[in-house]
Amino acid sequence: MNSLILSVATRYLTGLLLVFSIYLLLRGHNEPGGGFIGGLTGATGFILQAMANGTDRAREALRLPPEVLAMLGLGAALLAGLMSALTGDAFLTGQWLFLGAEDGGKGLPLSSVLVFDIGVYLVVFGAVLTLVFEMEEHI
Amino acid sequence: MAPVSDKTNNGLIGILPVLLAAALFAFFAAQIPAIAAGEVLRWSMPWFPSQGIELAFLLDGLSLTFALLISGIGTLVLLYSDSYLAGHPQYARFALFLTSFLLAMLGLVLADDLILLFVFWELTTLTSYLLIGFSHEAEKSRRNALQALFVTGAGGLAFLAGLILMGFAAGSTSISEIIAADELRDHAAYTGILVLVFAGALTKSAQVPVHFWLPNAMAAPTPVSAFLHSATMVKAGIYLLARMHPALSGTPGWIWTLTILGAATAVFASLQSLRQTDLKQALAYTTLMALGTLTLLLGQDSGYAMTAFATFLIVHSLYKAALFLVVGNIDAATGTREVAQLGGLGRSMTLTAGAAALAALSMAGAPPFLGFIGKELKYAGALAADAPVLVAGALVLANALMFAVAGVVALRPFWLGSAADLPRAPKERSWRMLAGPVVLGVAGTLFGIFPGPLQQALVTPTVAALTGDAANAAELTLWHGVNLPLLLSLATFALGLALYAGHRPLRAGLAHTLGMLPDLDRGWDRFLDGLKGFAEWQAARIQSGKLSFYLAATFGTVAGALLVTMLARGLPLPAFTLDGFSWAPAAVAALMLAGGVLVLLTRSRITAIAGLGTSGIAISLVFLIYGAPDVAITQLLVETLVVVLVAVALLKLPRLPAPRFRPGAAVISVAVGASVSLMLLSVLGQPLDLSLTSYFEAASYPDAHGRNIVNVILVDFRAIDTFGEIAVVAIAALSALALLRGTKGRTR
Repeated sequence: MNSLILSVATRYLTGLLLVFSIYLLLRGHNEPGGGFIGGLTGATGFILQAMANGTDRAREALRLPPEVLAMLGLGAALLAGLMSALTGDAFLTGQWLFLGAEDGGKGLPLSSVLVFDIGVYLVVFGAVLTLVFEMEEHI
Repeated sequence: MAPVSDKTNNGLIGILPVLLAAALFAFFAAQIPAIAAGEVLRWSMPWFPSQGIELAFLLDGLSLTFALLISGIGTLVLLYSDSYLAGHPQYARFALFLTSFLLAMLGLVLADDLILLFVFWELTTLTSYLLIGFSHEAEKSRRNALQALFVTGAGGLAFLAGLILMGFAAGSTSISEIIAADELRDHAAYTGILVLVFAGALTKSAQVPVHFWLPNAMAAPTPVSAFLHSATMVKAGIYLLARMHPALSGTPGWIWTLTILGAATAVFASLQSLRQTDLKQALAYTTLMALGTLTLLLGQDSGYAMTAFATFLIVHSLYKAALFLVVGNIDAATGTREVAQLGGLGRSMTLTAGAAALAALSMAGAPPFLGFIGKELKYAGALAADAPVLVAGALVLANALMFAVAGVVALRPFWLGSAADLPRAPKERSWRMLAGPVVLGVAGTLFGIFPGPLQQALVTPTVAALTGDAANAAELTLWHGVNLPLLLSLATFALGLALYAGHRPLRAGLAHTLGMLPDLDRGWDRFLDGLKGFAEWQAARIQSGKLSFYLAATFGTVAGALLVTMLARGLPLPAFTLDGFSWAPAAVAALMLAGGVLVLLTRSRITAIAGLGTSGIAISLVFLIYGAPDVAITQLLVETLVVVLVAVALLKLPRLPAPRFRPGAAVISVAVGASVSLMLLSVLGQPLDLSLTSYFEAASYPDAHGRNIVNVILVDFRAIDTFGEIAVVAIAALSALALLRGTKGRTR
């Protein structure tokens, strides 16, 4: 699509959408959001990029092929599931680490659940982009 | 198949499996004293405790006899293969298949749990499929391997059903418990169990009328034939019948099925065998004859029959493996297995000839070989049977034919005729290829002259395992005095000699007569062709390739299923009321409808896509109104992306044709809309079960450290579901990638 306005706007929008998608991913455990929504939002940014400047530019900006990102996400989710093996829990049992937690508070919660959600993010992000890019290029 | 290079063995890969098999043989041999003293060794650990299924192994006389035959003959065959297939580029694969098969077979005869037994049963089917199809470049080999797999696999399915039925009937899957309880014969499911177990055992052991796969399985390299068709694979069915003998035998169904099928197989196979001119094919049919005889014996109950079973099992394994290996030697030395071309090999291949003579005399049932003792016992067992004339008659005929075949296989090629017309000048084989036939042939002779140790070590314990009492075992001896079995033996020899003398004219006659029987092998091919034709027809119907047909079929099925269920179960609908009516949802519903109507009426694809998007966004508004922001956001994003994706694909297509009324499509869409709406209304009419919701609400923050219940459910409570879903998403993306890159268009 040959539109100067879209092309210029996309420069800012892609970055904004990407930041926003990570914000959605990280807040997801307590507020509306999460890996699935985050992944879709992040993908939207790159789809805009592909529409405005072509898929070659979008792929360049992405650095890794989207299908690889999707597979990495699946691997991250699997890894998150296997973490519970260290403590002898069942597959995918959440493992938590509360950094600097004071009495009653939960500090900075780090968890295998977060890793899992990042995996979901990457799978959705990568899969949607794979579909859009391939369809743009081959249909 | 001839040796493929100048190498004489395969080094470490060749010798390791031999050592493994030999170690197993030594291990089992070390158990002989305990088993001979009447002990039964059992080892078990829990496997599926909830179902009471154990990883249980049992060693009694019957298992031990089989285990020794399997590991012993396995050792010799592996040693033989090392030389026979010396330098074969895929020897490692061969050794792996053969060793896996050996282990699966050992597992089968040691398993003391029905489910475990089945697992090993299927493993033997699979590994033997790989072995039969080892020469996978040859189409015939692949076809025959598949045939064996299908026939025994189908039997295996029936067998599984039989085992499950047996497990339910007996209330336990432990074989030793089932035998100890001994309640199956009076159970209502007895006939079903019997039919299904027979289906498994008789296909595996190639009884008439499903015998046709066995001679075809000779496509395998000769050592495989020696192993699979002497001691092992085909005897798996026999083992199974023997194992179940204490629990199932003695009823008319058991006795008559096994007697008749066994006798028919024995006689039919002996006739076929005499007709063959290829040595290996002739042996293949004698194996069928042996299996028929063993089945026939297992149909009986008497101690004589059981002793004959145990003895003949051992005899047959010894001489048949030896003879197969001898044929392999002849083939490797001369390049042919055709009886008519072979002759005068005795001078150049003395050891092979000697081993062949010992094995063949045992097969012919001549004194003082073990085969003679086996034959006498068979006659004694036959005379104690329910139908002595039928059983003994079949056995005499089969044995006489066996006598003639033994002459054809071992006498002619070595001692008659001349070696002049051979494709290659014969030369004696290496010690690796001689060890098998010589050891087995000599064993058959020694056990014949000194049957005492064999009786104590294996035969009596096997009879004890079959009948529950060691005292039932008959004595193994060469001289029983002048009695009916001896007279039958003499008659056998006379008949056998006559048959051998006239085997050439007989062969032509047999070929003519047997040729008139329906050819089951060709029938099998026709059956497969028919199956494929049906599949093609069906696929062409269902997979028409038209998207509109797929959509109609899918949605039609949804509507049909919902409507039928509603009609059958009744439909509790909530009373209609306007209480709580508000304008916001009504406006959203109107928006949704408007989007749908737009799609129906427009000719522009982009307008249609926008219409669909409008409906989708209206749905996300519904989620928002009813307090599910997460779902609303997701719906909104998905809807946006779907619009983009669909636009990318559809905008390349030509303009839509003018909308016209399509009655079929209208019926389906109205039916789907109506049935889904009715279903949702009736769901609302039911009391809502909130126990799961309240559990998640209560546990979300304290246990899973998250306040967004939707997300906590997705990534924690039901994380494995999510894992499955993202796997599906990833696979879908990869499939699309593969499909799209394969189509023409701009390539990157």
